[in-house]
Amino acid sequence: MKKIWLLSMLFLVAVIGLIGCSAEGSSEGSGDSGDGGNDGGTTEITYYSFSAAPNYEDVLAEMVAAFEEENPGITVTTELAAYDDYFTKLQTRLAGGNAPDVFELNYENFVQYASKGTLADLSSFIEEDEDFDPSALNQEAFEAYQYDGKQYGMVESFSNVLTFYNKELFDAAGVEYPTADWTWEDELAAAEQITDEENNVWGTYAPVTMNEYFKIAAQNGGQLFDENGNPTVDTPENLEAMNYMVDKVIDSGVSPSPAEMSGQAPADLFLNGQLGIVHTGIWMFDAFKDASFEWDVALEAGNTQKAHHFFANGLAVSADTDKKEAAYKFARFMSASEQAAELRVENSWELPAITDEAVLQPYLEQTPPENREAVFEALDSLVLPPVVENWSQISDVTDQEFEKALNGDKSTEDVIKTLQSEYEQILN
Amino acid sequence: MVGMTKRKTLFWLGVFLLPNLIGFLTFIGAPIVSSLIISFTDWDLLGEMQFTGFENYIRLVQDPEFWVAFRNTFLFILGYIPLVLIFGLACALLLNKQMKFRAFFRATFFLPVITSWVAVSLVWKWLYNPEYGLINYALSTVGIDGPMWLNDPDTAMIGIILTSAWKDIGFVMVLFLGGLQNISPSFYEAASIDGAGKARQLWNITIPLLAPTTFFVTIISMINSFQVFDQVMIMTGGGPGGSTVVMVQNIYNHAFRYFDMGYASAMSWALFLVIFLFTWIQMKYQDKGAN
Repeated sequence: MKKIWLLSMLFLVAVIGLIGCSAEGSSEGSGDSGDGGNDGGTTEITYYSFSAAPNYEDVLAEMVAAFEEENPGITVTTELAAYDDYFTKLQTRLAGGNAPDVFELNYENFVQYASKGTLADLSSFIEEDEDFDPSALNQEAFEAYQYDGKQYGMVESFSNVLTFYNKELFDAAGVEYPTADWTWEDELAAAEQITDEENNVWGTYAPVTMNEYFKIAAQNGGQLFDENGNPTVDTPENLEAMNYMVDKVIDSGVSPSPAEMSGQAPADLFLNGQLGIVHTGIWMFDAFKDASFEWDVALEAGNTQKAHHFFANGLAVSADTDKKEAAYKFARFMSASEQAAELRVENSWELPAITDEAVLQPYLEQTPPENREAVFEALDSLVLPPVVENWSQISDVTDQEFEKALNGDKSTEDVIKTLQSEYEQILN
Repeated sequence: MVGMTKRKTLFWLGVFLLPNLIGFLTFIGAPIVSSLIISFTDWDLLGEMQFTGFENYIRLVQDPEFWVAFRNTFLFILGYIPLVLIFGLACALLLNKQMKFRAFFRATFFLPVITSWVAVSLVWKWLYNPEYGLINYALSTVGIDGPMWLNDPDTAMIGIILTSAWKDIGFVMVLFLGGLQNISPSFYEAASIDGAGKARQLWNITIPLLAPTTFFVTIISMINSFQVFDQVMIMTGGGPGGSTVVMVQNIYNHAFRYFDMGYASAMSWALFLVIFLFTWIQMKYQDKGAN
C-alpha cells in the first residue's frame, strides 16, 4: 500500500514539475527573443511556407537572398512543409508558444487564424510605411486578408483553375476547341465525342469534391452558404450542379470513375493523352510544359453564369513575435516587391499579387499555353471559397458523401439532404 | 538488499527506476493526464481552453460518425481475429514439425511482421488495384471477374482485414510456437499409445493446453486491432464513402485536421473504456475457464 502511495506521489510531483517547467520555459523563451529583437544587431526571423514545397524551394531561396540584400539587418530562416502537413505543424507550434515569426496562410484558412487572435494586426505598419502602396496590388486579393476591418495578412500570390485541353484528342475526334463562351452542354458534347472507352480515353475530368462543388454550384447560380455562413446547399440549382458532376462519371461515363483512375493522378492521365480536358490549376503550367502533345487553356464552361476558382496565398505575422517590424518587412517584400514578383513570373510560381503590367508581361509571353490571357480573364468571374468554421470537416463530409454517390450507393437527392443536415450540425 | 532499511530500499528502487520513469512520465503519463483534462474542454489548440463539463461525452454518444467508426472497427476485429488465430495456429503447427528448411520458413512467415506498415500498405494497395492489380489479374486468368476491392464500400474492409492478417500471422505464429514448445511430448506419447489419431490429439491435447497462449494472443490482438490505423490511413483514407473509417482515424481527424482537441480526447477515452471493458470481460472469462 505504501509503495502505491509513494509511486503516485512521485507521479504527481513529476507532473507538477513538468507543468512548472513548461510554463517557465515559455516565459524565458520570449524574454530571450525580446532581447534579440532590440539589440540593434541582426534580427533573425523564421518564415514557414507550404507553397514553396517541394518545387519552388530554390525560387524562395532567391527571394530571401534578395530581401536580405535589401534589408542588411534581417536574416530569414525558411522552413518548409507540404500542404498536407503544414497546418498540423503550424497549429501545434502556435499552441506551444513556439510559432514562426512569419507564416503562409491560404485564404480558406486565414479567417480561422485571424479570428482566434493568433495574427498580428499589420494596419499600423502599413499606414506608417511610405514605401508601400496597397493600390499596386490586386485589390480583391489584398482585401481578402482583412478581418474585422484590419489587415492581418499580406497577399503574395494567387492562382485559379482553368480548362486544360489536349488539342490532339480534340482534332482526332473532330471537335472544335473550347471557347470562352462554352457551356456545360458544349463541354459534355465534346467530351462524349472524345471518350474512347476501349483505349481508356475520357473526354473530361474534374475532381468530385467540395473544392470543385462550390464552383460548379456558382456556375449554375447556386450558393452553398449564404452571406451569414448558414448552409443553403439543398436547392434545385445546387442539386443540378451535383448531378452534372456525378453524372459525368456514373451516367455518361465521359469521366473516369475512381476505380478506373486506379490511384493515378489526373495530371498523369492528361500527360498520358488519356484525358481530353482536365480542370486543374495554373500551377500545372510548369509540369505540363514538356507534354508530348499540343495543349492550351480556356475559360471554364458555365451553365447559367461563369465562375472561376480563386486561390490566394498570403503571409501573416504571428501575434506573439517580438520581431513584428522585421516580420512585416518580409511579408511586404514577398507581397509587393517587384523583385519577388519577377522571380515568381520567371518561374511560373503562381501569379504575383502585383498588377503592374510590365512585371506581368513576361508571364503572358511564355508558352505553352497560348491563351495565357485566360488566367486574367478568369478573374472577372471569380468565386471565393466559402469562409466557414470547420471548413476541413465540411469538406471531408462532402467528399465522403460524393464517394457514395459515385459508387451508386446513394442518389444525389439523398446526398444533398444529408449534406444540408450535416452542415447544420457541424456549424452548430 | 540484506541489511538495508525499508526506506533505503525504496530510495534505491526509485533511483534505479528514474531513467525509465522520467520517460514514462514525460511521454505517456503527462499526456494521459492532460488528455483527460482536455476531454472536458473545447480546446482547439489556438483559443482559450474552456471547461464544458461532459458536453464532449454527450456529443459523442449522439454522434452517428462515432458509431459508424465504432461499427467499422468492430467489423475489422470480427474478420481479423479469427483469421490470425486460425492461420497463426496452422502455421505454428506446420512449422513445429521437424522438417527441411524449417528456420527458413519460420523467418519467411515472420518477415511481414518486421516490415513497415507504410511499405506493406502501399504494396497491397497496388495488389488490390482493380485495373492493374496482380490479384484481379490472377483471378481473371481463371475466369473470375475480380471485385473492386478498395474502391468498393462492400469489399474495402475485407481488403484491409486480409492485409492486416497477412502481416500479423507471423507474430501470432511465433507466440503459438512458444506455446507448443511448452507442451510436454509425453502427452502425445500417452495419447498415441491409447490409440488417439492426429486430429484427436490436436483437439484434446494441443488446443486445451494452448489455452493460455490463445488467451494472450486474443487479448493482444484485440487491443491492437481496436487501435487499427496506419493501414487504413494509407490504403483507403477511410473511404470509399466512409466505409472504412475506424475509431483511431476518427480521433486523428478531429484532433489534427479539425483541431477539435477536446472532442478528440473524449473519443480517446471512450476508446480506452471500450478496450478496458473487453479486456476485463476476457479476464473474467479466462478465470472461469481455468477453474
